[in-house]
Amino acid sequence: MDSERVDKEILLDIKDLVVSVDNKEILHNVSLSIPAGETQVIFGPNGGGKTTLLMTIMGFPRYKVVSGKILFKGTDITDMPVDERARLGIGIMFQRPPVVRGVKTRDMVAACLKKENGEELIAELAGKANMSDFLSRDINHGFSGGEIKRSELLQLSAQSPNLVLLDEPESGVDLENISLIGSLINSLLGKVHPIRERTNSGLVITHTGHILNYINARTGYVMFEGKIICEGEPLDMLNTIKEKGYRECYKCLRN
Amino acid sequence: MPEKLNNTNLEKAKAAANKNASIGKDIELSKYVIDSAEKPKNIDPSALPAEDKEIMLSTGVMLDDPTQRSGTFIQMGNTPVHYSQKQDGIEVMAVSKAKEKYDWFGDYWWNAVSVDTDKYTAHVELNNADGYFIRALPGAKTVFPVQACLYLNKIGAVQDVHNIIIAEEGSELHIITGCTTSLHNEPGLHLGVSEFYIKKGAKVTFTMIHNWTPAMGVRPRTGIIIEDNGLLLNNYVIMKPVESLQQNPTANCIGENATARFNSILIAPPGSNMDIGSRVLLNGKGARTEMISRTITTGGNIIARGYIEGNAPDVKGHLECRGLILGDAGSIHAIPELKGNLAGIDLSHEAAVGKIAEEEVEYLMARGLTRDEATSTIVRGFLNVDIEGLPPLLNAELKKAIADSEEDMF
Repeated sequence: MDSERVDKEILLDIKDLVVSVDNKEILHNVSLSIPAGETQVIFGPNGGGKTTLLMTIMGFPRYKVVSGKILFKGTDITDMPVDERARLGIGIMFQRPPVVRGVKTRDMVAACLKKENGEELIAELAGKANMSDFLSRDINHGFSGGEIKRSELLQLSAQSPNLVLLDEPESGVDLENISLIGSLINSLLGKVHPIRERTNSGLVITHTGHILNYINARTGYVMFEGKIICEGEPLDMLNTIKEKGYRECYKCLRN
Repeated sequence: MPEKLNNTNLEKAKAAANKNASIGKDIELSKYVIDSAEKPKNIDPSALPAEDKEIMLSTGVMLDDPTQRSGTFIQMGNTPVHYSQKQDGIEVMAVSKAKEKYDWFGDYWWNAVSVDTDKYTAHVELNNADGYFIRALPGAKTVFPVQACLYLNKIGAVQDVHNIIIAEEGSELHIITGCTTSLHNEPGLHLGVSEFYIKKGAKVTFTMIHNWTPAMGVRPRTGIIIEDNGLLLNNYVIMKPVESLQQNPTANCIGENATARFNSILIAPPGSNMDIGSRVLLNGKGARTEMISRTITTGGNIIARGYIEGNAPDVKGHLECRGLILGDAGSIHAIPELKGNLAGIDLSHEAAVGKIAEEEVEYLMARGLTRDEATSTIVRGFLNVDIEGLPPLLNAELKKAIADSEEDMF
């Protein structure tokens, strides 16, 4: 079947990635691959390198690739600037985005949309993200934790990247907002369409696992001390971590 | 005007003819000629040469379609060549005409600005300068703004201007002033005295766009007196090169709850030297002020001053001064000053000078904008000052003027 063939296509392929930040090696020989249409999850203790991995995939200059390769849609993007990666189809949700004075939320969404006369679409997307009242405000200025998440997801929904990088999308979000955030992510990943030719892919960092209720993730990883030490079914992994903590992973690592 | 008062002003001006200004580079006045050529009066503004009209339009002065203006004033060199008004209750004329017309005129002549401030104010008096007289009668409200253009079009000349703006009690007056020149790289000097009298409960918005050229010297001298519950909203924009410009308008909030707001947008290209500030004296109980300046250098030098003095109970003032240095040359010197003379006042300031934050550039680049697009978006945002209380039409025109100039920046 055609959809099967598409499913097996590798969207992101990371090979033996070594990354340093401020001259300190953080990631050691990380490899993973994400097939088109699949969402994967990363667990792991703080300081394990999860955020570094996402930032490196996006291409922020602070994160230096020492060796290894990142392939996206079959193209070597290891040395590609962040804006080119974005235009190629990678998008990231910022944990702590900066305030840009005088630049309105509407301007940011319009920039993501890259389309003339997108006012109606912007209004519609903002409505879905419950951000209509924020369109005329300076981006991120005085936004609460939940508002930042919604604003980031609004921008990403306009950008509609093929690969979505989410760093703890549920952190700091109250119960009222979690289902909205979940459904926004779900629609971002294209899971709302039962059958579509090419759904988007995701790589999601989560501590609590709440987000797993809203996304259909097939593969999970545990990152620890800059390495991927475990791969498996995300819900199983989450249950084990919840029950036994990351100590189980230490053991696993020793074995 | 009483002869005696006239003579006193002349005496003071003579005594100050060589008095250097307290700040700003000294300009040798004798190097400039006085433009005394006879000019036609009461011309039809739309019949002016297209080139002149286009230059004036860049400062917000619309001559071909004045339907959205309540009045128009044009001064070429030292001669008012046109003035007209279109709304009852709004007066627009040359000050020389107002001087003849009103016996009380002397009350407003050299009252908000001292004639002996420095040699520039003295020069204006000694050359019997003309200028605009714009007045809103009690309770009158301009539907559309009044526009005034001060135009310098003689090489090597000094333009002397003396303006009077009066907003009578309860009136509302919106003014757009464009100061510009047909000169290209030739020297010229603009000396402009402006006196504002904002009576009880009156509101004045004054939006001034300066559009000079690289060899121009400019020395405006402005004083504003604001009575009880009066409001001044002053917007100033300069985005084109100017050899030397120094101004430091002073608003004296003498009335209770008098309010003065200054918004300034300054861009200094290479070769520009600007020393621009604003001063507010909070002398009435509950008076308040807010000063916001956004400065950018792409190679020129800017001194951005702000001074707030609190002399009465319950006054409140805030000064915000932000500067961006784009490129390798140029400087921004922010000088925010606060002076409190009694307890129970609330004065504050914030100032920041630096380059564009890399974190902000990366944020926009992660959304797919190139580095250049990200930078210009951030700069546009930086200049996007929300001006409270400005009528939508004026706000749109101001934003358009800024957007037009931005195109030249990169």
